[in-house]
Amino acid sequence: MRYTWLIFKHEMRMLLLTPSSYVASVLFLAIMALIYWTVIRGLTVVASETLPTTSYFRAFWLPSLFVVPLLTMRSVAEERRLGTLSTLLTTPATPLSLVLGKFLAVYVFYCGLWGLTLLFPFIFAKVLPYATFDGRLVAWAPMVGGISFVALSGLLFIAVGIFSSSLTRSQLVSGMLTFTLLFLIIAFANLMQMMPLSWEEGPFLGLLQEPLLYFKATQHLEDFSVGLIDTRPIFYYSSMCALLLSLAVINVESRS
Amino acid sequence: MKSLTKRYGSVVAVRDVSFTVQPGEIVGFLGPNGAGKSTTMRILSGLMMADSGEAYLCGDSVALHPERAKLRIGYMPENNPLPEDMRVVEYLRYRAQLKSIPIRKRNERINTVMEQCDLQRKARRKLIGALSKGFRQRVGIADALLAEPDVVIMDEPTIGLDPHQIKAMRSLITDLRGKMTVILSSHILPEIEACCDRVIIINQGEVVAAGDTASLHREFLQSKRFKIELIADVEKVRKALQALPKVTDVRVDAASDAGAFRTLHVDTEMGGPEGEELLGILSQAGVEKVRSLSPIEPTLEDVFMAATRRSWDEVADPLSTRDTDQEPVVSSVD
Repeated sequence: MRYTWLIFKHEMRMLLLTPSSYVASVLFLAIMALIYWTVIRGLTVVASETLPTTSYFRAFWLPSLFVVPLLTMRSVAEERRLGTLSTLLTTPATPLSLVLGKFLAVYVFYCGLWGLTLLFPFIFAKVLPYATFDGRLVAWAPMVGGISFVALSGLLFIAVGIFSSSLTRSQLVSGMLTFTLLFLIIAFANLMQMMPLSWEEGPFLGLLQEPLLYFKATQHLEDFSVGLIDTRPIFYYSSMCALLLSLAVINVESRS
Repeated sequence: MKSLTKRYGSVVAVRDVSFTVQPGEIVGFLGPNGAGKSTTMRILSGLMMADSGEAYLCGDSVALHPERAKLRIGYMPENNPLPEDMRVVEYLRYRAQLKSIPIRKRNERINTVMEQCDLQRKARRKLIGALSKGFRQRVGIADALLAEPDVVIMDEPTIGLDPHQIKAMRSLITDLRGKMTVILSSHILPEIEACCDRVIIINQGEVVAAGDTASLHREFLQSKRFKIELIADVEKVRKALQALPKVTDVRVDAASDAGAFRTLHVDTEMGGPEGEELLGILSQAGVEKVRSLSPIEPTLEDVFMAATRRSWDEVADPLSTRDTDQEPVVSSVD
């Protein structure tokens, strides 16, 4: 645990010093601000039952697809490219502490970025006080629900990035692999549900409906936004995260 | 190390390697490229598991207690990989934390190794990525020495250093004699010869020679060589020398120097004619002038070439057997 903490501190420091982190952060915040602005602007045109924060969090997949690869592609791949992975493992730090330390650092950074976006409603309320109406702009419940979902799904997303980074020496390949896997994780269930999966098409396809719902990230967000805390997504994201991190540890062990 | 074997698929990288290194000893680990040096060092440093055999470090099994073993080792890998975007002092501080150096000793140790490796004034705050190869090597060595380990393993530490730096490195390694056990791998054989107490030569995954330089000379170079510079009818002299018992070869350099002196190389078996006897033969052969007659001291390079050549010959001719007195090369390492 001590070595995990040391590596976590080091990785956090490197993330805060690396220009690519700032590029990713600025890009992320700019896109999220644009999305938030679009949501608010949409409300001025068409009346909606949905709270602005809920609509805003529905776009979680868009920044995740690029910010997670940008933050994770460097972590293990760069160490492997430079050969510093071997040097690191000649100390008592184990591959597990290495992977956990790196994972936690990126995860905290990722959650921090999302945390910053929670300031948007407050900034908006401060700049345009006349536009705030009956507290719906700064509604706490969807905010907590949305950020809880982001924190939970972030476990899996960052683990995907760390796992991809442990597979290759190339940051580019790692980034592309992370993007592809994240796209599959986020969109696969949605795309499959567009197919005519019903009992009329055959019992097998009908059976797929329930499992697909289990993997559907957008459905998890909806549940969290309305305050529905289901243990199934918690188990899904945390167990997949543990699985991918274990595979990353095996990769690091075998390639050091 | 006891009977260590490591395979990569069907390729045997290290086969039944055994050796012991005493505390405070400086040992050179030699071998041609692909001989298994780095694999052996990686197993010893706990980076890699052997397929069979055991590696012990200060009494602890490296495989069973890797954490304990790693705390006792300072390892500088081949090519000395370092992070590009850290400053030297930051890197050493991070490494000191990872190596569990107590917080009150940390700064003192960092300053000491930076002084030892001449990094303090010129490179302390520089980014590692901006350092020259020589300075990077020094950072790697400083890292290996940082935790005052019982065993320091350095894989090619002098690559990229200029002659001044190599000399400084040699004196640094020599200073460690008696304080730390140093296992040094290098292709620069004069370096090994200058600073190592003992040499282990590995070829094709097997230890082919081990011992101090003098004992290796005796084992592998059972001949003497003399160099003679003279003015004479060299053909006549050559025939006279070749007629002597135990003279195995007489070679004449093709070119003469400005003073018309020719150079002869005379190889003799052990117990063959010595310098005085050769001088007598030269005077009988009507030599006009002799400028010098000197025995040529064999170098570690000669031993290395002989030892590796012998192991290749054995592989090429598997039916031939070793001389019984040379067989237990490994067991003599202790």
